[in-house]
Amino acid sequence: MSIDKFPVEASHIMMFARSVADDNQIYYDEDYAKGTEVGSIIAPPTFPQASAQFDPDYFLRPKIGEDWFGSGKEPTSVKRESSGGGGGGGGGLHAEQHFEYHRHLKPGDVLTGTTKPGKTWEKEGKRSGKLVFSETVTEYRDQNGELVITATGVGVRTERPVDQ
Amino acid sequence: MALKASELKVGDTYSECLVEDLSRTQIVMYAGASGDYNPVHTDQLFTEKVAGYPSVFAHGMLTMGMTGRMVTNYVGDGRLTKYGVRFTSQVWPGDTLNSTATVEEISDGIVSLKVETTNQDGAMVLSGYATAKVD
Repeated sequence: MSIDKFPVEASHIMMFARSVADDNQIYYDEDYAKGTEVGSIIAPPTFPQASAQFDPDYFLRPKIGEDWFGSGKEPTSVKRESSGGGGGGGGGLHAEQHFEYHRHLKPGDVLTGTTKPGKTWEKEGKRSGKLVFSETVTEYRDQNGELVITATGVGVRTERPVDQ
Repeated sequence: MALKASELKVGDTYSECLVEDLSRTQIVMYAGASGDYNPVHTDQLFTEKVAGYPSVFAHGMLTMGMTGRMVTNYVGDGRLTKYGVRFTSQVWPGDTLNSTATVEEISDGIVSLKVETTNQDGAMVLSGYATAKVD
């Protein structure tokens, strides 16, 4: 995965902050932000995750003209290779997420993201059978080529849905 | 509003209620803003019949995002240097989440926090850490 252009925009930051129920003015009120230590609107800590909006191949977004694996009239419109696997239906579950902030994002930044695979490992889970973990490391650079955020995600595929 | 190293000590805690009775609509909002439209978060039919879960459930990143609000309310805006978590249990519509940061270390102008979020049954749903610049 790579993201050629992730424009950081004020309205997207506002909507993202709302979506995590954060009404901090620093995420939407420019006049307020000017009078603070940071001096401008900034993005909430987990905002880099919204780079998915700008990944042309992101597989968890329906694409025009392509079958979507979620429900329409039927529970799914796509035949999956096997049932029972996945344990999340669409690419497994998110096990860990780590961010390192070299600086905080602000409206007007235009980022690129380059993702490299990291470690993979396996574990036997009591509630979901064999677990296969895989790590990806994404480096976000700004319009000046400076590294601004390092994001490390760990995904897990389970043998079966997690027992409740 | 940043923290002062001189006023912090190991073991200090800060807590917030992140959400009461988590709504499906909040999860839909997160899907829309983040761009993660995995149907297990919003599509009950798919989630029950295909994925094999009793109900849709929240994105881990929604819990991390709401927990991040607690962290930034504590350490101040623009102060975070690292923030990382493990998702230890799923979060379901109707859950009520509480989150606590605990000071583990203060050195060289950086505070290290343990971060934990639990549900209404006391089960941990997120466990992690954050580091932030302090004055």
